[in-house]
Amino acid sequence: MIGTLLQIAAMFGLLSLLAFGGGAAVLPDMQRQAVQVHHWITSREFLDMFALSRAVPPGSMIVVLIGQKAAGFLGGLVALIAMFGPSSVLAFVVGRFWHRAGGAAWREALEQALAPVSIGLTIASGIALARSTEHDWLAYGVTGATTLLLTFTRAHPLVVMGCGAVAVALVGV
Amino acid sequence: MPNRSTPGPPSLPALFLSFLTIGSTSFGGGLLGWIRRELVERRAWIDDTQFLVYYGLSQMVPGATNVNLSVIIGSQLRGVAGALMAVAGLLLIPLVILLSLGAVYFAASELPASHLINAALVGAGAAAIGFNIATGLRLGQRNLRRIGPLLVAGVIIVGIGILGFPLLEVVVVMVPISLAVTLVERAA
Repeated sequence: MIGTLLQIAAMFGLLSLLAFGGGAAVLPDMQRQAVQVHHWITSREFLDMFALSRAVPPGSMIVVLIGQKAAGFLGGLVALIAMFGPSSVLAFVVGRFWHRAGGAAWREALEQALAPVSIGLTIASGIALARSTEHDWLAYGVTGATTLLLTFTRAHPLVVMGCGAVAVALVGV
Repeated sequence: MPNRSTPGPPSLPALFLSFLTIGSTSFGGGLLGWIRRELVERRAWIDDTQFLVYYGLSQMVPGATNVNLSVIIGSQLRGVAGALMAVAGLLLIPLVILLSLGAVYFAASELPASHLINAALVGAGAAAIGFNIATGLRLGQRNLRRIGPLLVAGVIIVGIGILGFPLLEVVVVMVPISLAVTLVERAA
């Protein structure tokens, strides 16, 4: 039991530091290790777990299910801490470093330079996500309508997302 | 309406509650939009400039971007304890729900979701993507007033969104270019 928990911690702790650009980057390696190296789950279970965890924030939560299957609730908790811990420590260090820089000239310049990059990334990742999931004309319609409504009106996001869910459930089945 | 008063740093319980709200509302996606809505628009604990910088920083670190963003925001507001409160608040409800889902799934050994639930999830997910894009467009309306930054954002949108280049490589190339654009604009 302790051995399995250590294996879980080591595996997800390493993946945490390799997940550049977000958790999706390490999904293939996660599947290979959990299925073929440690034999905690089958490929079929990995896909089911991916589907189950996909809508759960903040992403990468599939690790909880893999850990839970391997070593129960404690395994799920260890997997979660291992997956988010190391990268969070790095983020914390970067944030502190930024904070310390105070009103330094380079910080102000970088601050100004990061804004258009971040805005571009926000929009680009939305488009990339739509293209990578099984988006049909209906889903694109919902994405497009939501984008317009939430950009130009003060509609509440929950209401709009609820309408999207109902629309696809009614039309798509 | 955005709160325009200048509040001090939030208390730790207030920070925890805000991230608990964010974690509970963002099922189906749109997390980035929820974070901005709660912390910039509703609480005014940070402004758009800070939000964008922290988001940029959180992309440069490995790991789930939104968790990194929560860590950075929490630590800027209330140090180590703030970072811990932010992440704990963000993850608590999703963790409890996922462990319960997992328990049901392992007992049934088959995915209990019907076609209807799947379709609803697809619809909510499609709308959540729109929420994130809309958050970017709103930020752009306010913060991309000049041609240089507009071009930088445009290249990134086409490069990653349309042409499918890897995010990290685009960031590594575009941050120095954006910095050069900034310095040239300042000198002009």
